[in-house]
Amino acid sequence: MSSDTLAQAPAAPEIPGPADVPRIVPQRRYGQWTAAAVVLVLLALAVTSVVRNRAFQWDVVATYFTTGSVLRGLWLTLWLTAVVMVLGFALGTLIAVFRLSANPVLRAVGWGYVWLFRSIPVLVQLLLWFNIGALYPQVLGVKTVNLLSPVAVAVIGLTLHEAAYAAEVVRGGILSVGRDQIEAAQALGLSRWRRGRRIVLPQAMRSIVPPAGNMLIGTLKGTSIVSVIAVNDLLFSAQLIYHRTYQVIPLLMVATLWYAVVTTLLGIGQHYVEKHYARGTERTR
Amino acid sequence: MTVMVDIRSVHKSFGSLDVLKGIDLQVRTGEVTVVLGPSGSGKSTLLRTINHLEKADRGEITVDGAPVGYRRSGDRLHELPEREVLRRRTKIGFVFQNFRLFPHLTVLDNVVEAPVSALKRPRAQAVEHAHRLLARVGLADKAGAYPAQLSGGQQQRVAIARALALEPRLLLFDEPTSALDPELVGEVLDVIRDLAAQGITMIVVTHEIAFAREVADTVVFMADGRIVEQGPPDAVLTAPREERTRAFLAKVL
Repeated sequence: MSSDTLAQAPAAPEIPGPADVPRIVPQRRYGQWTAAAVVLVLLALAVTSVVRNRAFQWDVVATYFTTGSVLRGLWLTLWLTAVVMVLGFALGTLIAVFRLSANPVLRAVGWGYVWLFRSIPVLVQLLLWFNIGALYPQVLGVKTVNLLSPVAVAVIGLTLHEAAYAAEVVRGGILSVGRDQIEAAQALGLSRWRRGRRIVLPQAMRSIVPPAGNMLIGTLKGTSIVSVIAVNDLLFSAQLIYHRTYQVIPLLMVATLWYAVVTTLLGIGQHYVEKHYARGTERTR
Repeated sequence: MTVMVDIRSVHKSFGSLDVLKGIDLQVRTGEVTVVLGPSGSGKSTLLRTINHLEKADRGEITVDGAPVGYRRSGDRLHELPEREVLRRRTKIGFVFQNFRLFPHLTVLDNVVEAPVSALKRPRAQAVEHAHRLLARVGLADKAGAYPAQLSGGQQQRVAIARALALEPRLLLFDEPTSALDPELVGEVLDVIRDLAAQGITMIVVTHEIAFAREVADTVVFMADGRIVEQGPPDAVLTAPREERTRAFLAKVL
C-alpha cells in the first residue's frame, strides 16, 4: 500500500492528546470485500436454484412434514438417540475408568474394548447383531430371534459403538484435570468416590462437553442407519411413504429438515451446558 | 512437652535419585518449625512424606503418636487401606505452593467441602465455621467469589482457611509464598504468623529468612537430602555452625 492511500484514509475519531502524536490508520482490506461479494453472489444463486426448482415439490414437503408416521419416526429417532447417548456414556465412562486404572488387567480390557468396537463399522455391527441367531440360536431356552427385536438390536449395536468413542472422550476429560487437583483433594481426606464426583468430573466436563455435543449430533443423524434393519425411525418413515408415492426428494427433504431442526436445538442446548461448566473460569473481577 | 511429629531415619528415592538420605526430626506440640534449604534439598519431599502424599522407602513417621499410612505390629509397618489413610490425614492440614484451590467451586464451597465430605459435618455447621475462618484470614467478603477472581495472596489465604476447616492438629506449609508476587507475600505471612501465635503446631518450608527468624521455634537447614543443622533461629541463622548453612545464608540474605 502506497503513501497516498494512507493520505486518503478517513480521519480516525478525534482523541484528545498532544498534536504531535501521529494518528493510527487501519489498513484497508479490499481483498476481504471482494471475497465477501463473490461468496454472497454464489450463495444467492444457490438459494434461488433451490427455491425455483419445482422438483423439490415444497408443497409435498409441507404436507408430510407433520404427518403422523413422520412424527412417530421422529419420536423414535429422538428417544433412540437419548437412550444410546445415556447408555453409551455410562458404559464409556466405565471403560475410561478401566483404561486409567492402576490395575493392568482392567487397563488391557478397556483398551481392548475401544480397539474392538472402533474397528467394526457400526453398519456391520448392526447386521451382526441382527443375525446373531445364526451364532446362538437359543439363549436360556428362548429363541434369540424372539428375544432381540430390531429396536433392541439397534439399541445394543449403537450403544456398544458409542461407548467406545465416549470412553476416549471421557478419558481425555479426566486427563485434562491436573494431578495437583487430585492431590489437593487427597490431602483434604476426600474419598476416592467424592474426588471423582465432586472434583475431577465437574472439571473434566469442560473438555468433555464439546466433543460429547459433537457425538450427540452425530448419533442423532447416525441413528438413520437403523433403517437398514427396518426400524421405524425418521428416515425409514419417510422412505415408507416414498416407496408408496414415489415422491423421493420431497420426503428426503422432510427428514433432512427435521434433522436440521433437532440439530439446531441441540446446538443451542450445548451452548448453555458449556456455560454452566465454565463457571469459575471467566475473570469477572 | 509432647512430640507431635516424630521422624526416624526416613529414606526416599525417586528411581536412582536419593531425595531423603536418613532424616531424623522431632517437632514438639505447639511449636513452629521452619525448614530452609536450597532447591532439591528434599524439603518438600519431607513435608509430603509426613502426610503420606509420598511413601517413605524406609524409616517411620508418626503424627500425634501414630503413623499416617501404616499400622504398626511388632517390627513391621503394614500399609493401611486408603480409607483409613484419608481419615488420619484429616488431622493434618496441607498448604501447597500453588494454592490448588478447586477452580469450579466458590471460595465458600472450597472451605466447606472437606468438613462436610471427610468429617461428615452437617453442612449448615460447616458453612458457619467456614465464614468464621474466612473472616480470620481477612476474606469475609469473598465467600461467593471463584478462585480465578482472587489475587494470588487471596487464593493462598483461602487455601489456608480450607486447611483449617478440618481443625487439624498439625499444619504443613510447602513454600506458601513462593508463587506470589512480592507485594502479596506479606498478607500470607501475616496469616501464618497469627496462626503461630495461637499455638498451632506447624512445619513451614520457605525461603523467607526474616519470617523464619521471627516466627520459628526451631529452624532446620536441609541440604542434599540430609538435615545439616537445626536449632533455635538465633543460633542457626545468626551463628551457623556448618559451612553449608553459612554458604546458603550468604546467598539468600
